[in-house]
Amino acid sequence: MTAYLALLLTLFWEFLKIGVFAVGGGMAALPFLYDLGDKTGWYTSAQVLDMLAVSESTPGPIGINMATYVGYTVGGIPGAALATLGTILPGIILVLLLAKFLQRFRDNRYVNAAFYGLRPASTALIAAAGVSVLGESLFNVSLWRETGVFADLFAVGPIVLAAVLAVLTNVKPTKKLHPVLYIAASAVVGIVFKLGGA
Amino acid sequence: MREYLKLFWAFVKVGGLTFGGGYAMLPILQRDIVEHYGWATDEEVMDYYAMAQCLPGIIMVNTSTFIGRHRKGTLGGLVAGFASALPSLVIITVIAAFLTRFAEYPVVQNAFAGIRACVVVLIANAIIKLWKSAMVDWMCLVIIFLPVFALSAFTGVSPILLVVAAALAGIAVAAVSGRKGGGEA
Repeated sequence: MTAYLALLLTLFWEFLKIGVFAVGGGMAALPFLYDLGDKTGWYTSAQVLDMLAVSESTPGPIGINMATYVGYTVGGIPGAALATLGTILPGIILVLLLAKFLQRFRDNRYVNAAFYGLRPASTALIAAAGVSVLGESLFNVSLWRETGVFADLFAVGPIVLAAVLAVLTNVKPTKKLHPVLYIAASAVVGIVFKLGGA
Repeated sequence: MREYLKLFWAFVKVGGLTFGGGYAMLPILQRDIVEHYGWATDEEVMDYYAMAQCLPGIIMVNTSTFIGRHRKGTLGGLVAGFASALPSLVIITVIAAFLTRFAEYPVVQNAFAGIRACVVVLIANAIIKLWKSAMVDWMCLVIIFLPVFALSAFTGVSPILLVVAAALAGIAVAAVSGRKGGGEA
């Protein structure tokens, strides 16, 4: 029981930190979640991807959806509530404290300068997380290490699917479609072609 | 009390009807908060949205807190902020409980293998979009993007440390060059 309470407290604290430092909306929490999973062993990086897919396919901001999902995975329903609370609390408190001064804050030269540094940093962090994502979804690094056969490194089915999607999400008529549609279609392709090998 | 309940319900709808947060929330705010309830003007909503991005946290929750505070003070801000996060909390908890139970099924495993390939593409597209708005000049790339990327991809440095260092570097660049910083925040 005390171990569970300690777990919930740690969870809340970790998400409070994400709520303060993950700047840039949406995917900004992704590198932090990778780091947290690595550090604590609470979940694997493949699980992060599944959570991201669910978070993109359901209503609500991705940042909150991811926090709720991780919180539930780690600590059940109380975990889901605490992780979500931790993520949104710093923003809510700051809005209430700073609302009066914010117009001045927004035009402040140093705030603008900080964002000049923060935006590329946020992009770089997500890109680095994106690279590890590749290893989880398009390549079988562990299978390759086991068998030593170079061809085993490539997950051919998912690579073909990703290539098709990369084109469809960037050319004119299909570009505007909602991500949910692509995720749903990918699930169907995964089932029909048994992409998980199961 | 009635006013707080109205506020609560209005922002539960904002949270429950917005896919993906951010920009996606604006049409709903315009229809409900501006036109239906008349709690704020279009300009106020856009100002709050712009300022919400300058603070840590979730843009949608921050914007909702601004509007709630504008309408009903601190308590109104708390009600609106929490209400906007509530639909996510409920929906994701139900889905997570369901998926955890069926995670071992072959159908679920195959579906997620397909979905992961899709998520890679969605992340890549998000990075391209962010790149376009973040890279104001070559210094962003050399001083901030490349070092942060390398440290994050190849070492175990905490992202918190990298974020703080990047903000300080941005301020240092502005101080040294006397420039105004990176465009609109």
